[in-house]
Amino acid sequence: MATIVGGFTSSHIPAVGMATSRGDFEEPYWKPFFDGYIPVRKWMEKVKPDVAVVVYNDHGLNFFLDMVPTFTVGAAPTYDNEDEGWGLKTMPPVPGDPEMSWHIIEHLVKNEFDIAIAQEMKVDHGLIVPIQVIWPEADTWPIQVIPVAVNTVQHPIPSAKRCYDLGKAIGDAVRSYPEDKKVVVFGTGGMSHQLQGQRSGFINKRFDLDFMAKMIDRPEELTKLTTTDLVRDAGSEGVELIMWLTMRGALGKNVKHLHSNYHAPISNTGSGVVLLEPVD
Amino acid sequence: MAWSKKDYDDIPGTFVFDGRRSLMGWPLNKMCMSFNDEAKRDEFKGDVDTYCRRFGLSEDQIQAVKDMDALKLMELGGNIYYLAKLIGIYGLNVQDVGAQMRGVSVEEFKAMLLAQGQEEV
Repeated sequence: MATIVGGFTSSHIPAVGMATSRGDFEEPYWKPFFDGYIPVRKWMEKVKPDVAVVVYNDHGLNFFLDMVPTFTVGAAPTYDNEDEGWGLKTMPPVPGDPEMSWHIIEHLVKNEFDIAIAQEMKVDHGLIVPIQVIWPEADTWPIQVIPVAVNTVQHPIPSAKRCYDLGKAIGDAVRSYPEDKKVVVFGTGGMSHQLQGQRSGFINKRFDLDFMAKMIDRPEELTKLTTTDLVRDAGSEGVELIMWLTMRGALGKNVKHLHSNYHAPISNTGSGVVLLEPVD
Repeated sequence: MAWSKKDYDDIPGTFVFDGRRSLMGWPLNKMCMSFNDEAKRDEFKGDVDTYCRRFGLSEDQIQAVKDMDALKLMELGGNIYYLAKLIGIYGLNVQDVGAQMRGVSVEEFKAMLLAQGQEEV
């Protein structure tokens, strides 16, 4: 049977992709950020997960406003990255695991999550950057992915609670998959940032640290946050934190906290990393 | 046609990209989406006015595009993720336009970001 071996959250800031491509790991601006990923890299090396379910949001590569599914699960053998329009280097395609994707899709729909299903889907920096940061030297990606795209662009967006519940269902689906596979769940995005309006540049360190702490032991408290709470306290783009809760839902009630790191700012964002293992 | 009042309308300096904004910004965002293609970016650079009109932008939107006025573009329904592609054509990034929208210099904007990161909590 497949097992969930861990959960990982990370910001997916495009500037990180650029800095990773340049190899700026020791630059003073970047070092406190990249050092936060060293324990994650070591854990990946040790545990060697086969598959990553990556919960992320698209920023206008695959999805436009003509059709905005709230949740989309990828079911492709491979996912291409392409030109996002503003200078981010295009990365190699990411391999998928379509059989496991379909197993998850069947479980989710049976359990009343009316998701969209995508057999061809481009993946943008929201999925690529966290993978790139873990394996900066890889020529080919050492992991298969199952992309789960959550709409955080066009409001209304799904609630924190809905995402947490979706995560729980993804967790149940993975744990009932008949093949022996080690699965890690990624929740990417956040933490606090705002790219729009006169309040552009807003970062809320206090909120971010509180969110990180609660996510470990008291995630249910965070599911009470409304979208408006998140916009006000984490910024208009900080709503991406709902992806963190999706990941957390998949891990089950109790977790072991292995590592976390917070560093602000990176670009306009409070960036956070958390690594957890589920406890039976 | 009527739009209901939203509980996020009062958050200062913040645009929540809801249906009202999306409807207003449709031609602008659709044009920006086309910039994922390098050839289209070049075409835009070659003749901004014609390119904007092909997508049906309003006169106000066209003017804001020509002025690269980020705040105005958002007031007129632009979403940052699509606008980012336009911003890139002008050789700017999210920090440049963040400073512009906040009404400060880029240096002041960066200092403000650093200060928030150093806050004691």
